[in-house]
Amino acid sequence: MPVRMRTALVPFATLPLAACAGRQSALDPQGLQSNHILQTLFIFLIVAAVVWTAVVVVLCVGLLRRKRSAVQPLALHQGFERTSGHVVFGLGLATLIIVLGLSIVSYAGQRTVFAKNEHALTLKIIGHQWWWEVRYEDDSPHQSFVTANEIRIPTGQPVKVELESADVIHSFWVPSLTGKMDLITGQKNELQFTAKNAGVYRGQCAEFCGLQHAHMAFAVFALLPDEYGRWRDHENQSGTSPTDPLGKQGEQLFRARGCALCHTIRGTLAGGQLGPDLTHIGSRTTVAAGTLPMSSAALGAWIADPQHIKPGNNMPRMPLQSGELIAIIHYLEQLK
Amino acid sequence: MSMVAEQRELRDDSLNGLQLSTRMDSIWRTPSGFSGALMSVDHKVVGRRYIVTAFAFLLLGGILAVLMRVQLAKPESTFLSADKYNQIFTMHGSTMMFLFAVPVMEAFAVYLVPLMVGTRNIAFPRLNAFSYWMFLFGGCFLWLSFALNVGPDVGWFAYVPLSSLQYTPTKRPDVWAQMITFTEVAALAVSVEIVVTVFKQRAPGMTLDRIPLFVWAMLVTSFLVMFAMPSIMVASTSLILDRLVNTRFYDSSSGGHPLLWQHLFWFFGHPEVYIIFIPGTGMVSAILATFARRPVVGYPVVILSLIATGFLSFGLWVHHMFVTGLPQLGAGLFTASSMLIAVPSGLQIFCWLATLWDGRPVYRTPLLFVIGFILIFVMGGLSGVMVASVPIDTQVHDTYFVVAHFHYVLIGGAVFPLIGAVYYWFPKISGRMLSERLGRWNFWLAFVGFNVAFFPMHILGLIGMPRRVYTYTADMDWAHLNLLSSGGALIFALSFALLLVNVIQSLRSGTLAGDNPWDASTLEWATSSPPPPQNFDRIPVVKHRDPLWFDTESMPVVAGLSVERREVLLTSLAEAEPQVREASPEPSIWPLLTAIATTVFFIGSIFTPWAVLWGTPPMAVALIGWFWPAGHKEDEE
Repeated sequence: MPVRMRTALVPFATLPLAACAGRQSALDPQGLQSNHILQTLFIFLIVAAVVWTAVVVVLCVGLLRRKRSAVQPLALHQGFERTSGHVVFGLGLATLIIVLGLSIVSYAGQRTVFAKNEHALTLKIIGHQWWWEVRYEDDSPHQSFVTANEIRIPTGQPVKVELESADVIHSFWVPSLTGKMDLITGQKNELQFTAKNAGVYRGQCAEFCGLQHAHMAFAVFALLPDEYGRWRDHENQSGTSPTDPLGKQGEQLFRARGCALCHTIRGTLAGGQLGPDLTHIGSRTTVAAGTLPMSSAALGAWIADPQHIKPGNNMPRMPLQSGELIAIIHYLEQLK
Repeated sequence: MSMVAEQRELRDDSLNGLQLSTRMDSIWRTPSGFSGALMSVDHKVVGRRYIVTAFAFLLLGGILAVLMRVQLAKPESTFLSADKYNQIFTMHGSTMMFLFAVPVMEAFAVYLVPLMVGTRNIAFPRLNAFSYWMFLFGGCFLWLSFALNVGPDVGWFAYVPLSSLQYTPTKRPDVWAQMITFTEVAALAVSVEIVVTVFKQRAPGMTLDRIPLFVWAMLVTSFLVMFAMPSIMVASTSLILDRLVNTRFYDSSSGGHPLLWQHLFWFFGHPEVYIIFIPGTGMVSAILATFARRPVVGYPVVILSLIATGFLSFGLWVHHMFVTGLPQLGAGLFTASSMLIAVPSGLQIFCWLATLWDGRPVYRTPLLFVIGFILIFVMGGLSGVMVASVPIDTQVHDTYFVVAHFHYVLIGGAVFPLIGAVYYWFPKISGRMLSERLGRWNFWLAFVGFNVAFFPMHILGLIGMPRRVYTYTADMDWAHLNLLSSGGALIFALSFALLLVNVIQSLRSGTLAGDNPWDASTLEWATSSPPPPQNFDRIPVVKHRDPLWFDTESMPVVAGLSVERREVLLTSLAEAEPQVREASPEPSIWPLLTAIATTVFFIGSIFTPWAVLWGTPPMAVALIGWFWPAGHKEDEE
């Protein structure tokens, strides 16, 4: 049996190989913080593997060694009793030293991971049941804007996210970049991280937040700094006005069918605050906080019956003719 | 005074063996028939019911676990809806923690501790009966609610504000919170009984350093229950008040705070883990001594470790809250305190390893489960050291890594010893042996199934799978490991089915056990299997830590107890010198009636605060009936 368990340990022992483990993985560090954490984890893992193996070896040898022949259970050998007392004491002391050593390693790692940079780029993230509001705030209101479920950051620059909740407790977690931090009702938390490499890193709510906790994902896009600058300039602009008749019809229906009561599209009369900002929804990669990959079909399925795809979420099903649905999808897809 | 008493009543020194047995049996026997069964205050009857009920809840909780594993076996499964899944994982956690793990350990203590310390009944036997009824009613209340689709769905931790009225306007969190109250009343009652039984009812000569390790473990556990449970009681009662009468303990917009809930919950919740694990260590020590054929090495070390674990367990609750934005230095200190608990746990493991090293192991099923326990628990302890580190925890907290960790600790640390304990003590309780052949199958299926089910979860957590998600998308790379884990869970479930088959077969046609089939050393093996209602015809006198190995021919006994009424011998706390002969209560229906009145009060009070008003008079009446003076003297020198 120990053999089977050791083979099961292989994925641990070969961490570099596991680096291809996916886009939401603590074993695939793409940020300064996640890298530090993985190093700490690795130190702990080696100590743990050594201790466990030692225990198993002692256990096996202890069971298999030739035994003295005394049958009477109370006929104890005084020499053994004395020696075993010393050995147990020594091992206890060794345990103490190991855990104190690991505590120091842990605290050193903690200081590095939670080190604060005064000049970090600051975002505010507000958790909602079950989506993420992302606010890019700037001293100038003209440079401030709101988006949802997708976060774009420049590589190589420290980013500070201020975490708040609009309802229950959520937890912000992008394992490839750093560890998690809770979004707690009535409390402001913050988390800093730096992406080393450009890429898309998936994140997911990690604190149980109700019915659709499983469908509360998001993505962090780490962009090269100049690419990030271009994106920010574009994202700050209002939604593109449709020019074709179908798009115009969609825009009109968006207001007439109640969508605008909950959703904002900057530059239009749609200014609802309850649901995600949709100003640039056409450029997003997923629908319903990571539930479906973005496509006309996905948008259509979602708008036609949100309760089927993500039961219990706060978006009601709106009665729409199929032509109306097509117009709205067409309009939303233009909002790049 | 004592002269008068001697003239009036017959004592056990004036009867011979058979006469004495018959006489004691008739005094201590539970009345026959259905009403007799409801009145029983015999710790063995209550203990047996407690054990069977707790295992019934294990079965139910296990079925839920299998359902969850079926749901997660493949991505985007529609086997369970989100709502059902959330109810199920909440029910699984709540059932396993509150209706199985804690009660089953107390159940074994209720049955075994009086036998192991050589007395005739547990202290406060009526309270004991009351405790069982409360446990039963609380458990049934939870499960009936679940059957009626009002099962709690906010997690076994019920974090506010999710569990507040605003975000969960149904009755589900109230059901959960009040179930806690039921099980707490039950657990606190048993703890008091155990402490008093161990402190005051030990057989003469059983000084503190001759108490069996299992009894020591239950003593420490009982103190943990008494100090930890009030915290959750405050928490859950405040939650009900917030929900029912609009108080604002946890409402941040009115000066309350959601983290208050987390502190109160985990101040209970972490010791809770040790409330489950420490009895497991007691079982390990008992089994190990018997099957290694020698006393456990380092008796005082083991006891001091138990006590140290108990104290330390109250100083590490914050490690459940490392990602709530606590001050960094404070969090770092809780890392150190959490890891420190590895020292007493390690010392116990080293003592057990030394025992096996020197002993002459007899490989029967109980010992197999203990060996399995060591392999699994040590791994769980080590992953616990990892989780205790703040930076590592920020990654693995609330992921499947933690799910793997605590199942390694709880199943490895408590359930493996427990199943070993079932094989070990079943002959004492039923009078029949369990099949050794099925036992071996049971062990290997459990060991392989457990590891296949739970080991992959470590990796799942590290590659990003959070806990409490009812499904995941196909592109997440989690499907294979989840499928493997689900397969393991089925094998693990099969091992429990085998245990059930083994128990049923043995009850029908198992080999008769005799008094001491394992040649064990503690007092429960000095009486018949199953023990007679009076436990011992004559109270034994203890001269050694392992009385049955020391006095191989015949046990010395005490003489002079009454044979006309139920009487137990009280002894001094440290030296166990005889002090007083105390009357032990007769069977009574009042504990049941009190439990029913309390149940009506508890359940009523989640619907209307007025239940506090109309619910108390029936309880008062029942308690008056319970404590109505019996009209005779309670104790004599």
